[in-house]
Amino acid sequence: MTHEHLVNRDKCKGCGVCVEACPKNVLALSEDVNAKGYFPAKQARPDDCVFCAICATMCPDVAITIREIADQAPTENKGGK
Amino acid sequence: MGKIFQKPEALADVDTHYCPGCTHGIIHRLVAEVIDELDVRGRTVGIAPVGCAVLAYNYFTFDFQEAAHGRAPAMATGIKRVRPDLMVFTYQGDGDLASIGMSEIVHAANRGEKFTTIFVNNAVYGMTGGQMAPTTMPDQITTTSPAGRDTDEVGMPIKVSELLAALQTPAYIARQTVIRAKYIRKAKQAIKKAFTYQLEGKCFSLVEIVSTCPTNWGMTPIDSIKWAEDTLLPYYQLGEYKTPNGAG
Repeated sequence: MTHEHLVNRDKCKGCGVCVEACPKNVLALSEDVNAKGYFPAKQARPDDCVFCAICATMCPDVAITIREIADQAPTENKGGK
Repeated sequence: MGKIFQKPEALADVDTHYCPGCTHGIIHRLVAEVIDELDVRGRTVGIAPVGCAVLAYNYFTFDFQEAAHGRAPAMATGIKRVRPDLMVFTYQGDGDLASIGMSEIVHAANRGEKFTTIFVNNAVYGMTGGQMAPTTMPDQITTTSPAGRDTDEVGMPIKVSELLAALQTPAYIARQTVIRAKYIRKAKQAIKKAFTYQLEGKCFSLVEIVSTCPTNWGMTPIDSIKWAEDTLLPYYQLGEYKTPNGAG
């Protein structure tokens, strides 16, 4: 069983709380803006992610979803959107 | 079993109006998660306050009522007395509950009305532009205390949980916070306990949640979490102040 970490770019307000909270230093703020004009969080180092869900717990806008996916090779956009 | 994290059913799939980094969103999510876990979404009524959470009715998928400033406990009293089978909670900020609504909450608690209050304490009036609240810390700068809160003039911040725990009637009074992941689990447990006591027909319950206000504190979200941890938490001690089985 493997997991998928998704950041909803348009819900994210770029507060950076998840970036600070991540114990593995996986997340960073994007350099391009979203529709609201914020710099949303993204997985800058997705290979380090252990899916502890601390970022999702701290996210005030419920912009992070972590779900189980079928056991297969990770797809290209694993930590992208 | 892997961990899965997703939006609870009781939370609407909309963008909130809260400022970036505002912990209102986390508290909304915890309330929604607890309501989902207790499976009472179909018979829950929330009471929105006046304050930043005034639009809370847009963010949940159960019934909501909007109350006049500070009068959410009165409205909750009415709803709960007419329909005791409903689960009723108020969601109030510190300007709403501890200032204009202070007499409402004290008397509702003292009467032992069987509803739950989620009290969000961020030490400032948020929506109206960062004025000094009764819970503002000594020397904290706000728009109405530009030189910092002068305790000689206006006294020390009110500790609402301790104040209400001194009453004999309330069933459950607790203070928690959501500024770090380690506290969020305890905050959720406290909310769940409060709602469970209500379902069991126990008396009034209140969960105070120490929160942040990056915009009106004039800090980044990260700095405001650190400031809350260093300044608010030593004064607003976390813990259970009253439980149905005796003082906490």
